[in-house]
Order: sequence, then structure tokens, then C-alpha cells
Amino acid sequence: MAVSSAAVQPRPSILSRSLSLLADSRNALGFGFMLPAAALLLVFLTYPLGLGIWLGFTDARIGRPGIFIGIENYQYLSDDAVFWLSVFNTLLYTISASILKFALGLWLALILNQNLPFKSFFRAIVLLPWVVPTVLSAIAFWWIYDSQFSILSWALMEMGLIDHRINFLGDPENARASVIAANVWRGIPFVAITLLAGLQTIPQSLYEAATLDGASRWQLFRFVTLPLLTPIIAITMTFSVLFTFTDFQLIYVLTRGGPVNATHLMATLSFQRGISGGQLGEGAAIAVAMIPFLLAAILFSYFGLQRRKWQQGGGD
Amino acid sequence: MAEIKRAEIKSAAIKKTKRQELDEGGMGYLQSLPRRVVTVYLPLLVFVIVLLFPFYWMTITAIKPNHEMTDYANFNPFWVVHPTFEHIRYLLFDTSYPGWLLNTIIISTAATFLSLLAAVFAAYAIERLRFSGARQVGLAIFLAYLVPPSILFIPLSVMVFNLGLYDTPFALILTYPTFLVPFCTWLLMGYFRSIPFELEECALIDGASRWQILMKIVLPLSVPGLISAGIFAFTLSWNEFIYALTFIQSSENKTVPVGVLTELVRSDVYEWGALMAGALIGSLPVVVLYSFFVEHYVSSMTGAVKE
Repeated sequence: MAVSSAAVQPRPSILSRSLSLLADSRNALGFGFMLPAAALLLVFLTYPLGLGIWLGFTDARIGRPGIFIGIENYQYLSDDAVFWLSVFNTLLYTISASILKFALGLWLALILNQNLPFKSFFRAIVLLPWVVPTVLSAIAFWWIYDSQFSILSWALMEMGLIDHRINFLGDPENARASVIAANVWRGIPFVAITLLAGLQTIPQSLYEAATLDGASRWQLFRFVTLPLLTPIIAITMTFSVLFTFTDFQLIYVLTRGGPVNATHLMATLSFQRGISGGQLGEGAAIAVAMIPFLLAAILFSYFGLQRRKWQQGGGD
Repeated sequence: MAEIKRAEIKSAAIKKTKRQELDEGGMGYLQSLPRRVVTVYLPLLVFVIVLLFPFYWMTITAIKPNHEMTDYANFNPFWVVHPTFEHIRYLLFDTSYPGWLLNTIIISTAATFLSLLAAVFAAYAIERLRFSGARQVGLAIFLAYLVPPSILFIPLSVMVFNLGLYDTPFALILTYPTFLVPFCTWLLMGYFRSIPFELEECALIDGASRWQILMKIVLPLSVPGLISAGIFAFTLSWNEFIYALTFIQSSENKTVPVGVLTELVRSDVYEWGALMAGALIGSLPVVVLYSFFVEHYVSSMTGAVKE
């Protein structure tokens, strides 16, 4: 039957032949399939990335395209105490929040990995802070940190632990601690659930074998859990560090960088100078100054992945 | 044929989860109850209370009448004596809140669909067509995900302005895919990888085109992956803030997070009740959506990590 129908069919035209040839070619087809995603990303991601670097070398303002001024923006920033304060704040914020998120997240993951009643219920509610829009939960924190009616101050005063209200967001040191606490609150679920996923890939038989060999609980953790979890810890923490470093929303809601710039991060300073202040060039230069730090974090992740290959016995 | 394969895959997946459940029981029986209370239940209780307290506080403030809200001497702040819907009524009928809600729904849905569409083709091409350079493209997509909005919003605002999109929903619908497409592509690549090659080979031998394979075999099998990518994308666009703050000017075009923060906070008198009600109602859609698919959520995260 196949033969007879082939005989009846007219010769396919050149157009349809070349079309079917295209459909068979993996490269042509791959190009076609990649087109929508590639177009979106090239236009709205790669191009703006380049444009941002270019803007950093110009004196552009809102409503006025700038002219090339070389590294003047960077020279100005290098003498700007507020910029260096924001770099310091960003590093302090990122490092302390990441350490706390990692320690508490790992702890929570180890707890959730136990055989608990209502396990999936606990997993679900633990993820809540991560699901809810950051800005909206930050507004709740704003109310919790209110200088007059803070519920935390009230509760601590009722318990007799402090004798006057804490000025959470008005005092530089307190404000830093408060925004870090809010960031940790929001970040714990992500770290905990990702590490939990990693913990579940560790075979129980390894623990059983180690226990038979007389390992203590600490040794089980140190010599079985931790080495097998390292690759996932590396990836999770890279993401966590990246997102903490570039954080904007929490600070914008809680303090807008105040008091006296004590909580200004590079992202919020970039917004303040670039959009609110209209100095697009300077704002872009501050944003570009974040890139070296981000690259360092990505390289860290890359070496984390390398180690993973080595742990799986190399090769690959 | 495909039906049988699908059933096989499903039963294999079920077996896998069953085995995991058995595994997790592990050596728990070696611990005594008092020890478990101190090392497991007590810390868990503290974690749950701390993680949930802001939501409780949000809810209780949203239904508290104003005279109770700041009068800590006569009313226990942790409870509400005369619950009221006044704040919620005010929010829904005397502010532009319903409009912001509608904007957010439209923008998030459009951005999610656009991103999923682009991501499905890209993930299939990278993972299955394996065109030359597919690995490099895959890596580039991963790197694209690492580019944060905080360094893109200034150049993007210039572009949005020059394209005439400033203060329109399209400014957000077209820019959200910058973080959604890499994310969805990465997630779907992992999903496509789990579908056996043999299924596609069978279909190829039967004369199916690549398009037919994608539509009739790969996509039906990856519905769970599509759902979780969709939920993730919707949540991410719902939560987005910095682009919405920068690219939208007029009150009626704002999204919920931006609207609540910039329009409900007026002068020095904070209307905490309305603010908390706004935060609560703005969080509800993502929480409800997520609670329906929480199993997908956790398992797709597990899947992504297991790669």
C-alpha cells in the first residue's frame, strides 16, 4: 500500500522539500525553538546589561541622554563616603544574614527530616514566609518594629526584660539588626526546604553502617551528613548570598536606607541616586559596582559544582 | 503504547516515593521520647511560632478596631475583643485596591504564559534536540537567572521609556520574563530529562514530527512540571517589586505590593489596619494557589536539587 501511494503522489515541490529538510535538521529546528526565549532574553536582559555598563560611563539623567564622561562617575563614587558606607552595609548585611540563614535553615532542615507527625503540614507552613510577597511581609515587620506600638517592645516590657521601648528602626545599630532579622526570617524557609531535599537523597544505610561502627550522633552529622550535603549547601548558599546581596525591597519598605544611611545597601543607594534623584549615570555606576561581587559568588558556586564531580568519583 | 509507558512511569514514581517514606523512618526508634521532645519538638515549636507570628499579627491587626489597636493598657494586644471588617471594607471600597489586584492578576498571568511558552520550546530544544552548542546555551540560561533585577532596573527604565511602554502594563509583562524564562527553562529541562528517550524514538519511527512529539508525548507527560513552573512563575511575578515601582507611575496602573506601600501610607498617620488588611489580601492569592499545589512545590524543588 505504501508503494502504490508513493507512486500516485506528485513529486514534492522544492519549497516543501527544503522545509522538511529544515524540520529534520537538529540545528535549524533548535534555532527555531530557541528563538522566543532567546529574543526575550537578548532584548530585555543582555542588551540592558550592556546598556547599564555604558550608562555608568555617561552623565545621563532622566529625560536627557548623557554623553561619555569616562570613569568620572566612579572617581566621584570613590570619594563618596555614603557609597563606601553602603558597600560596608551590604557586606555586613549579606554576611551576617547568610550565616544566620544557613545555621538556622540547616537546623530546621534536620528537624524536618525526622520522622514527624503531620510532616507535610509542617513543611507547607514553614514555606509560608518565602511564598508571601516580600513587600507585604515587610510591611508587617514595619508594624512589628513600630517605635511606639511595637508588640515586641510591649511583650518584653511585660515580661520585665527591658524597662523602655526599643527604638527598632530609629537607631543605626538597632536598625541594622532589625533589617537583618527580617531578612533571616524570610530566608530560612528557602534554605531549610532546599537542604531538606538534599538530606532526603542521603541513603539511610550509610547512617546505619556508621552507627554499627560506633559513630556518635555528632560524628554521624560531621562525617556522613555534612560531606554528602556539601554540593547542595554550595548551590543553596550561592543563591542565598546573591539574593541577599542584591536585596532592595526589605530595606526600601523598612528604612529607605536610614537612619543616617546606616542601612543603605548598594541596590537602594542606586535606586535613590538613579531613579529618585534622576542621576541615571551615577545610579548605573553603583549597580555596575555590584557585578564584581556577584561574579565572585558565581565563581564560588562553580567550584562548589566542581567538588561535586570529584565526590562522584571524577571523570564526567 | 504511550498509555502503557505512562502507567509504567507513574508506578515507578509511586514506588520511588514509597521507598523514600520507608527510608525516612530510619533509625528514629533509637531515640527516647524525652530526648526527642528536647531535640525535635521544642525547637520545631519555636521555629513555627517565629515563622508564623508576623502572619498572625497581620491578621489580628486587620480585624482590630482602631481604639483597641494602640490601647495596650486596656486590651491584650494578642487578642481582639470586637472584631471589625471596617478596615477591609475601607480597603475594598474607598481605595484603588481592587484595581491593583486586577492589574497584578493580569500582569502575572500574562507574564507567566509568555514565559512558559518561551521556556517550553527552549527547554525542549536544549534538552532533546541537542543542537550544536546546546550545553553552552543551557549554561548561558543558568547564568541569566543569576543576573539580579537590582542591576537591570536603571537601563531597563531607559529602554521602557524609549519604547513608549512607561506606565503601561506591557512594561512589566515584557520585563518579568527576564527572570521567569531562565527559571522556568531550568526547571523544565530537569523535567524533560526524566522522560525516557525511548518514547520519542518510538514516535519518530512511527513518523511523528518533532512538533507532534512535543505536543502529544512530551508535554502531556510533563504536566506536573508545567504546573510547578507555572506556579513558581506566577508567584515570582506577583511578588516582584522593583520593576513595578520604577516603571509604573499612575495610581490606577500599580500592582498590589507597590500600591499598598506608596498609596496607603500617607503623611504621618499610618492606617495600620488598612495596611495590614492590604498585605493580608495581597498575600492570600499566592498562599491559596500554593496550598493547592504544595506537594508539587516541594517535590519539584526536591527534583531540581536531585539533578
